[in-house]
Amino acid sequence: MEKILDVKDLQINFDTFAGQVKAIRNVSFHLNKGETLAIVGESGSGKSVTVRSIMGLLANNAHVDNGSIDFKGKDLLKATPRELESIRGNDISMIFQDPMTSLDPTMPIGKQVAEPLLIHGSMSKKKAMARAEEVLELVGITNAKNRMKDYPHQFSGGQRQRIVIAISIVNYPEVLIADEPTTALDVTIQAQIIDLMKELQNKIETSIIFITHDLGVVAGIADRVAVMYAGKIIEYGSVDEIFYNPQHPYTWGLLNSMPTLDTSSDRLYAIPGTPPNLLNPPAGDAFAPRNPYAMQIDYEQMPPFYKVTDTHYAATWLLDPQAPKVEPPAAIKKRQEEYHQLVAEGKIQSSVKGGAKDGE
Amino acid sequence: MGKYILKRIGYMILTLFIIATATFFLMKLMPGSPYANQAKMSAEQIKIMNQQYGLDKPVFQQYIIYLVGLLHGDFGTSFQFNNQPVSYLISSRIGPSMQIGVQAIILGTVLGILLGAIAAIRKNSWVDTVATFFAILGRSIPNFVFAVLLQFFLAFKLKIFPIALWDGFSSSILPTIALAMAPLATTARFMRTEMVDVLNSDYIELARAKGNTPWQTVAKHALRNSLIPVITIIGPMAVDLMVGSMVVENIFSIPGIGDQFVKSITTNDYPTIMGLTLLYSFMLIVVILVVDILYGFIDPRIRLSGNEGSN
Repeated sequence: MEKILDVKDLQINFDTFAGQVKAIRNVSFHLNKGETLAIVGESGSGKSVTVRSIMGLLANNAHVDNGSIDFKGKDLLKATPRELESIRGNDISMIFQDPMTSLDPTMPIGKQVAEPLLIHGSMSKKKAMARAEEVLELVGITNAKNRMKDYPHQFSGGQRQRIVIAISIVNYPEVLIADEPTTALDVTIQAQIIDLMKELQNKIETSIIFITHDLGVVAGIADRVAVMYAGKIIEYGSVDEIFYNPQHPYTWGLLNSMPTLDTSSDRLYAIPGTPPNLLNPPAGDAFAPRNPYAMQIDYEQMPPFYKVTDTHYAATWLLDPQAPKVEPPAAIKKRQEEYHQLVAEGKIQSSVKGGAKDGE
Repeated sequence: MGKYILKRIGYMILTLFIIATATFFLMKLMPGSPYANQAKMSAEQIKIMNQQYGLDKPVFQQYIIYLVGLLHGDFGTSFQFNNQPVSYLISSRIGPSMQIGVQAIILGTVLGILLGAIAAIRKNSWVDTVATFFAILGRSIPNFVFAVLLQFFLAFKLKIFPIALWDGFSSSILPTIALAMAPLATTARFMRTEMVDVLNSDYIELARAKGNTPWQTVAKHALRNSLIPVITIIGPMAVDLMVGSMVVENIFSIPGIGDQFVKSITTNDYPTIMGLTLLYSFMLIVVILVVDILYGFIDPRIRLSGNEGSN
């Protein structure tokens, strides 16, 4: 599959009064053409910082100390501000988290949607407005023709997010970055926005990076998933592999803390403890202090990525051949069993080969 | 919109009436009378004068007489300034005062907005520090100090501008600058704070994500949104200017109205006090109305009631 975006060894630090925060610590991932990659992780894990570095929209006190972001043969980290401006909103565009604040309150929405066309194209203003109207219709703003001159405050939250999406796709970007686009919306609207994004992806053939902390949303939209913790990707694989055959104890914790229909106990599971302070990131696996399966080595040395399948990798010492076999939590075990059954029934294509501890 | 403005004008008239009433009675509470301080006049003469101007009547009756006069457009006759009608006194002297007032507020706000915006964009750089320094200076030094300094260096020493002479635009430059310092400083501080906030907002990030250059982002999105709260302070600043202009007019010998106001109060010149108070109130109310209308133009969320109905 063709890679459209290839991020390698990304390291981003923030200068603060307290010292240097090592926000992104050697993150590598790629985005295939036409797929949706979900990046999941709790707040502060570095999801947003990672994608903002792709857009060149990092805060002033952030600096990229290492790495490369390859987009169509060009390293975005070495691009000039001018070059980045011509890519932003044109080849790569972004959907922001809060639709209530991401539209300019003093500009009619038609003009806001047409703006990227006018910045990047030689389109006449009239043509751009006509196109903006089409796109607004496409994202589901009813009666778009008569609403072009309306202002953001005249729309509901869900409608505003549709407008923000319209702005992001108006130039048919090759990469669409969605930074928690459903977090600020209520659940029914969330589902509508997810459906809309899936539909648009088919129509305009774009690749999507979807950032979220909501695993329920991931299952609905992603092809592949990368799990981030404390500024690192700790596990990545296809959506089925992550949901049914997770390997990293942190992924187990995440999945366990997601309510399912057969969650029987009345208390929802929460991962104990808090994420580490990235002013002084731990030497070993950052999750170790919260990990009931942690071994001595977890505190001392950073685990490398272990291959589970061709598409599935996890950075945990548990996958090391020398590691003792451990039983994952019951709910995870159940998921793995379901997975094997689905594979056996041929409902899932990829099979898990050589997983270090499948309990088989 | 038309309906809204009509309603506002109605309120303006009511407000002016209340101000006229309050001022009238407060003024009568002031110690002294227009003639009591003139030792040369005999009691007889004063009595005759009082009778002539109706000052011997009960206060309430005087009030009614004044109001009836007002309704006929008669502001009365000044006791002090050569017995001129107050309306003539005002109309012959309002020109220079208005000119430097309007010039100062335009110069002050426009420069203040620019300075504040630049300081915000270059936040924490030397530009910001310099702008902040001048803003504090402009805010804390009274305008008559500026007036004297400008007069001394630019008019007296360098002879670029005329000293204490009212002769067309060139003589209005120094007083305008002196008066503009305070609004400039206030606007700049306000604008900077607002702009820093706006530049941190999500829609500015979205504007950058669309591919706008930093300057395009400011011009298209940040400026207008930062202006909304800045407009609020234009009203109070206009009042400051009116009051402040009295001293500055004195320093530059401008035949304006501020000087007259001070004199009329110290000499218990009732009709002049009333006329000028009403004039200042009227100007202030108009400024507030203009600010409210400007709001609607700049911020669609506060479109005035007339427009709202159509949605």
